Amino acid sequence: MLDLINVSYDTQIPNNVGLSSDKRVLKALEKWHPGYINWWSDLIPQNFQQSLVYLRTAVSVDPKGWAKFDYVKMPEYRWGILLAPEVEDRRIPCGEHAGQPAWQEVPGEYRNMLKRLIVIQGDTEPASVEQQRFLALSAPSLYDMRNLFQVNVEEGRHLWAMVYLLQKYFGKDGREEADDLLRRSSGSEEAPRMLGAFNEETPDWLSFFMFTYFTDRDGKMQLESLAQSGFDPLSRTCRFMLTEEAHHMFVGETGVGRTIERTCQIMTENGITDPYDIDKIRAFGVIDLPTIQKKLNLHYTLSLDLFGQEVSTNAANAFNAGIKGRYMEHRLTDDHMLKNDTYPVWDFEDGKLVRKDAPALTAINMRLRDDYTRDAAGGVGRWNKLIAKSGVEFEMKLPHESFHRQIGVFAGKPFDPAGNLLSQDEYDAKATEWLPTKADGDFIQSLMTPVSEPGKYASWISPPKVGIDNKPGDFEYVKLYMA
Amino acid sequence: MSAPLKQHLIDPEICIRCYTCEMTCPIEAITHDDNNVVVDAEICNFCMDCIPVCPTGSIDEWRVVNTPYSLEEQFSWEELPAQEDISECGGGIEALDPAIEALLAEAHGGAGGRSKAPLSAAKPTINMYNLGKPATARVQGNYRLTAADSGADVRHIILEFGGLPFPILEGQSVGIIPPGVDAEGKPHLPRLYSASSPRDGERPHFNNLSLTVKREDQGLCSNYVCDLQKGDEVQVTGPFGATFLMPDDPAARLLMICTGTGSAPFRAFTMRRQRAMAGEAGDMVLFFGARAPDSLPYFGPLKKVPDRLLKKHMVFSRLKDTAKEYVQDRMMVEQDQIADLLADTKTHVYICGLRGMEQGVEQSFKNIAESIGLSWEATRDVMRDEGRYHVETY
Repeated sequence: MLDLINVSYDTQIPNNVGLSSDKRVLKALEKWHPGYINWWSDLIPQNFQQSLVYLRTAVSVDPKGWAKFDYVKMPEYRWGILLAPEVEDRRIPCGEHAGQPAWQEVPGEYRNMLKRLIVIQGDTEPASVEQQRFLALSAPSLYDMRNLFQVNVEEGRHLWAMVYLLQKYFGKDGREEADDLLRRSSGSEEAPRMLGAFNEETPDWLSFFMFTYFTDRDGKMQLESLAQSGFDPLSRTCRFMLTEEAHHMFVGETGVGRTIERTCQIMTENGITDPYDIDKIRAFGVIDLPTIQKKLNLHYTLSLDLFGQEVSTNAANAFNAGIKGRYMEHRLTDDHMLKNDTYPVWDFEDGKLVRKDAPALTAINMRLRDDYTRDAAGGVGRWNKLIAKSGVEFEMKLPHESFHRQIGVFAGKPFDPAGNLLSQDEYDAKATEWLPTKADGDFIQSLMTPVSEPGKYASWISPPKVGIDNKPGDFEYVKLYMA
Repeated sequence: MSAPLKQHLIDPEICIRCYTCEMTCPIEAITHDDNNVVVDAEICNFCMDCIPVCPTGSIDEWRVVNTPYSLEEQFSWEELPAQEDISECGGGIEALDPAIEALLAEAHGGAGGRSKAPLSAAKPTINMYNLGKPATARVQGNYRLTAADSGADVRHIILEFGGLPFPILEGQSVGIIPPGVDAEGKPHLPRLYSASSPRDGERPHFNNLSLTVKREDQGLCSNYVCDLQKGDEVQVTGPFGATFLMPDDPAARLLMICTGTGSAPFRAFTMRRQRAMAGEAGDMVLFFGARAPDSLPYFGPLKKVPDRLLKKHMVFSRLKDTAKEYVQDRMMVEQDQIADLLADTKTHVYICGLRGMEQGVEQSFKNIAESIGLSWEATRDVMRDEGRYHVETY
């Protein structure tokens, strides 16, 4: 019998999908594998490839077995294909097929729509590794370096997960799409990644933390929606990925939090009460709170663009077809079909910003974005608690969702972070107060000196409260390879 | 007053509200509001499924309480409340199931009060596997440690966990579930054995551990364990124990006193120091009693451990043509060394073995303490409260 809980290591690719008895897919994946290894090897600087990193590897999808910690060289990391256990008699949770048995094979009429969703999701996974490829060179500690690599190998595994679905269920097209996922490259002129935010560089660690907090959170919301899919293999894949995604949220939230904590600590230690006394604060080698707020403004708004148009027929079709649900669909109590429901969507009326009811079916993106904003606001509140605890008077805020947008109803309109529509001139005059400038970037960059002594941290960030896997403070999370 | 109970809590200052625990919990004991993610004490059955999936470590918090904190209280928290002072237990929670906790409380009773873990000890994981959900280990080896004609059959058993995480610290125990059922048709309860290997495994990074088990005449579990063959599968629970742990401070000095299989944790302590802190460690002194060299587990390997790492006093009670000598006798012979250790606040004392040894060892300590003008009871109580005096006897 197939062992569907424990991972099979008897083929080259660890999996719990019975690959060894599925010769066709196994062959396709083994053919794809060398390209993947090449991609990884070319990407990460060589001395890190040789270093021993204290990583967790998923060895089983059972809650107890999925996180095993040990030192591993990243190219030897076992990227596997792991699906959450099948739920018996699972039903399609939403749309016109709601209540029918979940599909175990691709329904022909939705084949292209499904493939596109999987390809878009799959494209973001390697893209973020590409964006972050040089960060290890300026890691503020071995602890942070290890967290970066953990995020990277898991994004790599998520790529594997999507490639498996393409090769297993989409035949020749799927194989071509899988190859293209390795052909496209973040920031490339001729073959860029599919979504704009994934072609921007991640130049420094504060950007990395903001990216994992805000942009990976979009990924989490998309995975939550796909976990509700009526196409069962996609649902099971995404459910397992979510457990890993939680670590990425953790890296983002605590990374920004530790940066804020350190700034507040330096301010109180040196009797600085005005958070806008920027030069004085920066002189101590920490990032002032207003600059952190600017980074927040940038990354939050770029991430909002990832949700697409507020009113979208594509999103409506995907929901109606039952291949993408809403956030926590199974906990919602409506008819799961949205036949007559409405949802308030941003619009302009006489030049004014108003929420207007639109058919809920077409407002799926808007709804998911609202869920996202609520989720993202939680961590901002916790950062503010850190600030308040230190005695510093400052509050981080999510800007209004109309600010600095490129997609949707607000695209290109000069709103300020409070949601007031300005003239373009007024906006331009103030923009440097709201978004990071080149000088801000240069300053942050100047702090990015690597620290590689166990238990030590760069000047601009506090140590974590708890070690990974309960390890003590001076644990050597990465044993650096010395050539 | 109702009996104190252990309550599972989540640290709101560390938690990032990813709700992974909530989605993982098989019985929906975890819930959240806009402020906090909390565990319902009335539902949680300590299955531990939520522990490894948490990305932050905030999930691994426990308090002993007379009345569990309600959901409303937990929702309102900005930070975790401190452990209230509850006389019956509190401090280090050794195990979550009452039966195992009672066993450990009895084993640690000889310390004369509530045991505490050394301040610098690593945080132990407990109860990851239990009777309802044991871990399956495979026997990698079963070696007899004592001579065939010694009369004592003590075994070194190596168990391997494959892909299953089994994070165990030196000094912690595991439960072994003997197969079959008792007279009432119920499955046997686990028997506890101390690990004799250090935290990174009998062999580093092979995810295995070793046990030191003596065959008892009518012992159901010891006979089962001693007869295990390579490749056999064994049902294991644990890890258990949260006080009989070694300090992670390399400068700490260890005084270890044992008889027979009580040497198991000390083998683990010694190997840990050899592997992780070689060269910089405070000194370690071992008093080890057995009938004769051929019935002293690990006699050969032990002799090879250099004296600068571990000062060894092997004491025998059944040598031909030699007067009987017990550990407490040798302690008196070495009283200067022990007095020096007792006077040093870096010293941690560990006693492990048969219950019968307690009284004699205690008497020797008393004599030595008084000879340097210390009250033994007061010294011991201070050491124990500082996590520096540990007894585990059976």
